[in-house]
Amino acid sequence: MAERAGGGQGRVRVVLIGAAVLYVGTLVLLPAFSLLRGALGGGLRPFVEVLARPDVLAALGMTAKLTAFAVVVNGTLGTALAFVLVRDRFVGKRVLHALVDVPFALSPVAVGVVLLSLFGKGGLLRPITDALGWEVAFAWPAMAMATAFVTLPFVVREVGPVLEEMGTDQELAAYTLGASPFVTFFRVTLPGIRWGLAYGTTLTMARAIGEFGAVLLVSGGIAGKTETATVFVYRALEDRDDRGAYVVATVLALASIGLLLLLDLMRRKRGARAEPGG
Amino acid sequence: MELSEARPTGRSRARGQPLGKLGLRGAAATYLLVMVALPVATLAREGLSKGLAELGRALVHPVARGAVFLTLETALVMAAVNAVMGTLIAYVLVRYRFPGRKLLDVLIDLPFAIPTLVTGMMIVTLLGPRAALGQLFEAAGVRVVYAPPAIILALLFVTLPLVVRTVQPVLHELDRADEEAAYTLGASEWTTFRRVTLPAIAPAIVSGALQSFARALGEFGSVVVVAGNIPRRTLTAAVHVFGEVESGDVHAASAMSLVLVTISFCVVLVVSARQRGAHG
Repeated sequence: MAERAGGGQGRVRVVLIGAAVLYVGTLVLLPAFSLLRGALGGGLRPFVEVLARPDVLAALGMTAKLTAFAVVVNGTLGTALAFVLVRDRFVGKRVLHALVDVPFALSPVAVGVVLLSLFGKGGLLRPITDALGWEVAFAWPAMAMATAFVTLPFVVREVGPVLEEMGTDQELAAYTLGASPFVTFFRVTLPGIRWGLAYGTTLTMARAIGEFGAVLLVSGGIAGKTETATVFVYRALEDRDDRGAYVVATVLALASIGLLLLLDLMRRKRGARAEPGG
Repeated sequence: MELSEARPTGRSRARGQPLGKLGLRGAAATYLLVMVALPVATLAREGLSKGLAELGRALVHPVARGAVFLTLETALVMAAVNAVMGTLIAYVLVRYRFPGRKLLDVLIDLPFAIPTLVTGMMIVTLLGPRAALGQLFEAAGVRVVYAPPAIILALLFVTLPLVVRTVQPVLHELDRADEEAAYTLGASEWTTFRRVTLPAIAPAIVSGALQSFARALGEFGSVVVVAGNIPRRTLTAAVHVFGEVESGDVHAASAMSLVLVTISFCVVLVVSARQRGAHG
């Protein structure tokens, strides 16, 4: 933390800071402003008009739905997974551990290809889903699976270390006092991991909102029905509907910036609660 | 992630626990297996369904081969730039205090939050043929958008946090005593960095660069918008997979995906093996 007394190194310092700021500024800020200018160039009124379009609303609604699904599924099962990986010891734990990170290593298009080869035309599981009368590919179930898949690691990765740090002392104390596992989880464990869980689900949200490749492949891109916000932007670009693309892209960008600020706030709050290792 | 297992001694825990524990473990493991192992197995099965020879044939096709090379090339250039600039940014963020440092720190994470498709759009609105800056470059004879430079730019944007966030904590934890000693002995900041700091953070830099490389191989959203996707010239492997799916050839798409996934896996394995080694 200690700052080095600069002395004669002042120039190096200025050059390095300048280079870092310039690099991030041109790479990140300049393009972001350029998009904002494009979207708000015509004033607020056309912006709002686009947002009121039914296909735009449907796309934003679909994104909200898929994001909620990913948050609920990975919030609960991700926490359970973290629990198992930290607290349990069993054969094959290492493999399970390695598997958690797989979604980060898979290209989104590969995820889409897998879902298509499972549920698409002539897919492996197609006979089963057909027999049950389920429509998976080119409908929301496949899109939900794609979204849940790409966001799987976040909650596990955030909750795991917190669980580990917390240890089992308090839980054991609760058990000794006669609390059931259920009560212990909700009264002792959950409050302990709440920041990790909140952080993980916010990351999940950010990633789910922005998911594009996997969803594009399995959505079939039916406007107003299976289109997410990102898929809408892509189609709008293809159709030369620049206004629509700009507006929805800006909404997505603003949403992600909002989530980013929320994450930063959480990190500081968590840091204030004496989190070692920051 | 090794935890000293605390075996419960209380009798109260033993009662009714095994079933709940088994259920929890079963649910978590099943979720993971269905969600992760099944897709990987499916990909391998589809990619290899017509045998290795057919897989090879799908890949030596000039368009596919060009796509793989372009992907590797752009990812390599990106990883090199990222290693240098990421280290510089991490160094500045950890070692210096200056107004706007916090903002810079938050901005580093922005590329993780922004949808990659939106990233692509941003680059096109800034450097595209209709943008002022784009026309400027065009006049200078430099093609950025719909050409490899835009692909590299998009990859740099998307992977910006990886090197910075890998190097930053290591730099932060680094014992300053060695650096102070070097300064006391009259070494310049550059000499000190090169001889003292760099060797200590080099493993982190390599890890971060490898991670960004792996991430770049599969990047789709930003690249599909900025690249122009001309076969053999600006078509990357991930976009090629999309094209094959669009034209109904799921087999070729699986073959290419399998290659991409295999390379990323190998890189990720190297990274995690290095990390485990580093932690002793």
